[in-house]
Amino acid sequence: MSLRWDEAEATEIVRRHEGREGPLLPILHELQAAFGSVPEPAISFLAAALNITRAEVHGVVSFYHDFRREPAGRHVLKLCRAEACQSMDGEAFARRVLDRFNLDWGGTTPDGSVTVEPVYCLGLCASAPSAMLDGEPMARLNSESIDEIAREVSR
Amino acid sequence: MTTRFFVPRDAAARAVGADKVATALQEEAQRRGIEIEIVRTGSRGLFWLEPMVEVETPGGRIAFGPVRPRDVPGLLVVGIPIDANDPLCLGRPDDIPFLKRQTRLTFARCGVVDPLLLADWRAHGGGRGLERARSLGPAKTLEEVTRSGLRGRGGAGFPTGLKWQTVADASADRKYIVCNADEGDSGTYADRMLLEGDPFALIEGMMIAGLAVGATKGFVYIRSEYPDAVRTFEHAVLLAEAGGLLGTGTGFDIEVRVGAGAYVCGEETALLESIEGKRGQVRAKPPLPAHKGLFGQPTVVNNLVSLATVPWILAEGAESYAAFGMGRSRGTMPIQLAGNVRHGGLFETAFGVTLGELVDEIGGGTRTGRPVRAVQVGGPLGAYFPRALFDTAFDYEAFTARDGLIGHGGVVVFDDTVDMAHQARFAMDFCALESCGKCTPCRIGSTRGVETIDKIIRGERSATNLELVEDLCQTMKFGSLCALGGFTSYPVMSAIRHFPEDFDRPPVSAAAE
Repeated sequence: MSLRWDEAEATEIVRRHEGREGPLLPILHELQAAFGSVPEPAISFLAAALNITRAEVHGVVSFYHDFRREPAGRHVLKLCRAEACQSMDGEAFARRVLDRFNLDWGGTTPDGSVTVEPVYCLGLCASAPSAMLDGEPMARLNSESIDEIAREVSR
Repeated sequence: MTTRFFVPRDAAARAVGADKVATALQEEAQRRGIEIEIVRTGSRGLFWLEPMVEVETPGGRIAFGPVRPRDVPGLLVVGIPIDANDPLCLGRPDDIPFLKRQTRLTFARCGVVDPLLLADWRAHGGGRGLERARSLGPAKTLEEVTRSGLRGRGGAGFPTGLKWQTVADASADRKYIVCNADEGDSGTYADRMLLEGDPFALIEGMMIAGLAVGATKGFVYIRSEYPDAVRTFEHAVLLAEAGGLLGTGTGFDIEVRVGAGAYVCGEETALLESIEGKRGQVRAKPPLPAHKGLFGQPTVVNNLVSLATVPWILAEGAESYAAFGMGRSRGTMPIQLAGNVRHGGLFETAFGVTLGELVDEIGGGTRTGRPVRAVQVGGPLGAYFPRALFDTAFDYEAFTARDGLIGHGGVVVFDDTVDMAHQARFAMDFCALESCGKCTPCRIGSTRGVETIDKIIRGERSATNLELVEDLCQTMKFGSLCALGGFTSYPVMSAIRHFPEDFDRPPVSAAAE
C-alpha cells in the first residue's frame, strides 16, 4: 500500500491544535486517522511545526504501539492476548484466526483486506475471549465468530 | 401508552449483540404498531446476562437476559404485567442475588440512567456532592475526603485526602487534576463501565477535587483500547459544558486525552509525560507529582474510581462512607470478576469480603465447570492465589501480608487446565513488551526472565534456573523505578511458590519419548 502524505492537510491538522498544552499525541492520532499511518515525512514536518527535534518526534512515534509507520489493511482485527482471555483459551482461538488468514501477529493478508494485531486487554474481561474489529467490540468468541470475522473482512 | 425499554450501550453489552437487540426491538414494535421508547443505559455489570434488557412496568423495571434478537417478539407482549414465567425473565434487577448482595455507592447510577442525560443524572442524586462542596468551601471539602478514609483505587492505596492536601498546600498559579483512566490491567473494566455508564459522576468528582485544591484544569487520560468510553465521555463533557455544569463560568475545564497503546502510561509519572507529548517514560520520584507534576505544576493524579467516588462522599458525608469496610480499607471497592468465571461482572462491596466468597459464591466457580485452580488478583502485576489462600479478605493490608495486591480490583479466574509456568513466563514477557526502557532491572531483567523460564519449561537445570529467576525477581523488585518492573515479581514468584509442581519438568527430549 502506498504511503499517503499531504503537507497542506497536515498543516491544517496542526493548526487545529494551536494553543493546546502538549499537543503532540493528539496531533499524531489525527494524522494517523487522516493518512492511515505516520509516514516518514511527518517526522521532520512535525519537528519544524512544533519546534522540537526530529529525534523527539521519532522517539514518541516509535514508543507507542498505536502509531504505524505504514498503513494497515482495510480492516484491523485486534485479538486480546491478556490473562482474562488466556483463561478462556483465547490463545487457541487467536491461533485459529491467524491460521484462517495464514498470518502471523501483525501481518496483513496479501490482498490487503485485514491486519491482525495483538492487544493487551479491551476491558471485556467478563466475556472472554474478546476482540475488536475496526474499533467495534466483540466478545464470547467461538468458532462461529471466526466465520463472522472472515465474512466481515471480505467486504 | 409508550413503554420504555432499557438496553445497555456499554461496550461489553454491544460486544455480545446489544445493538442488534435494540434494532430488533425498534423494528418489531414498529411492525406491530406498539409505541416504545428505547433508552440506552450503561451496564449494570452482570455480564453473563448481557444483553440484559429492562422493561418499565407500573411495579418498576423488570429485567430479561441474555436477550438475543430472536427473543425480542416475546418481550413485546401487548399489555403489562410481563410474563414472569418467560425463561429469560430475571425479575426486578435489584432482586437478582448478584446485585442484591452489593453495596453500590460509586456505581449506583451505572446501568440505571441514560449516561448522556444531565436531567437523569440530577434526578438520581447527581450534583449534590458538588453543591455541598461549594457550600463547605475548599478546606472543609478536603477534610471530608480525608475523614472518609478514601485511598487510591488505582492500586497503590495512597490516602486521597493526603494527596489533595499536598497539592492544596503548594503555591502555584496553575494546578491540575489528572484522572488516570488508562485502565490497562487485564481483568479490570470498572473505569470503562463508569465512563460509558455514568460519565457525569467523574466530571463532578474532578470539579470537587479542583475546588478542594485550587485547580482549574483537568485532564482525563483514557486508553485508546476504549473507543466507546472515549466517545461517550467526550460527548458528556460537551453536554456538561452546554448545560452550564462545566467550562465557562464554572472555573473548571476538562480535556480528554487518548493514550496510544502503552501499558506503562498507567503509571502516574509516565502518564504525565504522555500528556505532555513525550515518550511514556517513568520519572524518578521525588519530586512528587503533587509538588511538580504536569508541566511542572502541582498536580493531583487520581484513579478514575477514586475521583468518581468523591461525589458520594461529599453528598452523604465522610462518616457514612467510612462506616463501610475493614481495618484501614474504608468504603467500598468495585471488584471485577473476570476470565473463566460463571458469573462475571462488577461487584461493588465493602472491603472485607473474602476471595473464596468472591470466586465460589458470587462468581459461581468457573464458566467451563472445571475446578478453580488459580486466581490472579490485581492485574498483570498481581499475585496468583491458590485455593489454600481463599480465606484472604479483600483489603489492602491483608493482600500485602500474603505477598499480593488488590490493585484496581480485577480478579481473573483460571481452571485446572492452566499451566502456571506459562503464566509466569507471560508475566515476564508482558513486562519486557511494555517496559518503558528507562531502568535496567525492568528493561533487561524481564527479557532475561523470559529466557530463564523458557529453560525451566524445557526442563533444563530447573533448580538452578529457578534460583536465578528468584534472584532476578529480587533485583527487579528493589531496583526498578516503578511498579511495572517492581511488581512483575508478584505473579512470577506466587506462581513458583504456590504451584511448584508446574515448574518441575522433565527435560524436553525425555518428555518427547
